[in-house]
Amino acid sequence: MSALVDIRNVSKRFAPRLSLGEKIAARLGQPIETRTVHAVDSVSFEIRKGEVLGLVGESGCGKSTLGRVIAGIHAPSDGVVTLDGAPILGPDGRKRTSRVQMVFQDPFASLDPRIRIGETISEGPIAHGLVSKADAKAYAAQWLAAVGLPADAADRFPHQFSGGQRQRVAIARALAMKPDMLVCDEPVASLDVSIQAQIVNLFLKLRREFGLTMLFISHDLGIVRHISDRIAIMYLGRIVELGPTEAVYKAPSHPYTRALLDSIPKLVTEAEELVSFKPILGELPSPLSPPPGCHFHLRCPRAEAKCREIVPARRETSAGRDVACHFPLEE
Amino acid sequence: MIPLLEVTDLATHFATRNGALKAVDGVSFSIAEGEIIGLVGESGSGKSVTGFSILGLIDPPGRIVGGSVKLKGRELVGLSARELRAIRGREIAMVFQDPSATLNPVLTIGTQMRLALEAHGSVSESEARARSAEVLERVGIPDAARRLDAHPHQFSGGMRQRVAIAIALLNRPKLIICDEPTTALDVSIQAQILTEMRDLAREFGTAMIWISHDLATVSSIASRLLVMYAGRIIEEGPVANVLRQPQHPYTAGLLASLPANAERGMDLVQIPGSTPSLFDLPPGCAFQPRCDRRSPACVVMPELTSGGLGRRRRCHHPLNGGSA
Repeated sequence: MSALVDIRNVSKRFAPRLSLGEKIAARLGQPIETRTVHAVDSVSFEIRKGEVLGLVGESGCGKSTLGRVIAGIHAPSDGVVTLDGAPILGPDGRKRTSRVQMVFQDPFASLDPRIRIGETISEGPIAHGLVSKADAKAYAAQWLAAVGLPADAADRFPHQFSGGQRQRVAIARALAMKPDMLVCDEPVASLDVSIQAQIVNLFLKLRREFGLTMLFISHDLGIVRHISDRIAIMYLGRIVELGPTEAVYKAPSHPYTRALLDSIPKLVTEAEELVSFKPILGELPSPLSPPPGCHFHLRCPRAEAKCREIVPARRETSAGRDVACHFPLEE
Repeated sequence: MIPLLEVTDLATHFATRNGALKAVDGVSFSIAEGEIIGLVGESGSGKSVTGFSILGLIDPPGRIVGGSVKLKGRELVGLSARELRAIRGREIAMVFQDPSATLNPVLTIGTQMRLALEAHGSVSESEARARSAEVLERVGIPDAARRLDAHPHQFSGGMRQRVAIAIALLNRPKLIICDEPTTALDVSIQAQILTEMRDLAREFGTAMIWISHDLATVSSIASRLLVMYAGRIIEEGPVANVLRQPQHPYTAGLLASLPANAERGMDLVQIPGSTPSLFDLPPGCAFQPRCDRRSPACVVMPELTSGGLGRRRRCHHPLNGGSA
């Protein structure tokens, strides 16, 4: 499979925008935050045509920021994201393509409450010349049908829908732009358990029907395992492990991946089963002042002196798998 | 022996323009001392309102319209605000989903803990500090004595939830109601807190009601499971037993829809439709329009009947347990 999207040395930093007064106050020792957040720290990987790549990590690890950079919403501070070899952003920092679309976590926030669903869906395609105003209605109906909503939904407003239905609308809106690539940021996290399965099935169906390439960002390791072909694990702005989903789940190489998988509560179906977690010690360090060397060394059972000083480079351990660790776990 | 807590036919309704919203409609269960039960359901199932009702934390337009809540034989429904205050925090404590909403942002942790102690007895400043530091230490906050002078915003989300748990434990309550206490936290922090809560409950002999939407989380801490749907308990029993052999089609559907129970990349088993609006419940069993086992009999509300081995289910056509 060839690469559709290439992410090369992408970093994203957020520096606080301080007024002159604040800068002076900070110099005088006032507690004003002047440090820069390194949300994404020189990340490189590619997303292959037609694959679903799962991006997993805890809150604050930078996975949503990375998703937004790939979708062209944020301009990277360094590095470049290309789609079929062409940069996603123009020299002016504005998005040049509609071939990457995004689905957000909260379908209550991502839909305009005052605009009818049909208009929400056809607005983008009309602006980009994908459909004429005269055909907009039929076009919207076509995409509503694709996500399993009735055609008369087009005349209704977002508040008339449940959370699961709204997420379907948000997906229809993204699909109506005829993207090659969909960036999904926690698309089922805010839905009820019985509705999550419906939306996961919808993604599986859309993938089969439209051959979509997807970046599926989630903290739910169960759902990511189900839907992804490959999986990337992110920790404090860096990709620490990347490989085929089953291989990574069965035999993780990075100690963080191992610890993360061990933290998932499992269904207890035997009364005698004693549930024992091996929780990761400590917490995610602040991205304002990440530790030197490997970011995980403070919590890592295998850490040695080297880990505190040298950032481990990501290197291939076996076919298609790579890990950023000085002392990766053996299979 | 009288149970620690006995809830009988509890009904909590909310008055709205469209009539009474029956958030909790005839819920009965009991908890023994030191027992941990899991209360599972989706949003709108009434699981949180059940927890709030036990503590008398229902504000208008909500009202407990019927039933009883007995703590060691003493009726709590109908107590005055003052009598309830004496019970809350001392005999029954609660931990909420969002610790930022529990903690006062302008007071130090130490002050908030002292206030919680003073509310139920007189303590000296130094006693309060010593006691607070001890409990903070127990819930895994390093350098506890010094952290007493910190404000809530100086803690991470996980640490804030630990502080909230410490405050709940301060007066050694007999029962702690935990409303989705780990839902807002990362998996690694969730695993730490689950382990600690389980050990603490065992050590202090504290009973817990663990409210959650996540079956796996509940199964790793509780010994008994209650499943709620549209304001009623629809299934109850020992956790492992219920999860291995669910008797209510809704519980079975929830379990079947978990990705762990499907082949990778294949469609998940899905429960059709969506959770019903409490204003517009179908006749009889509330799950019946989504159920693949429904029959004409289901328009009559089924009773919660015994399914053997300490199990109950509210279904005319139960699975894994013969006929109703």
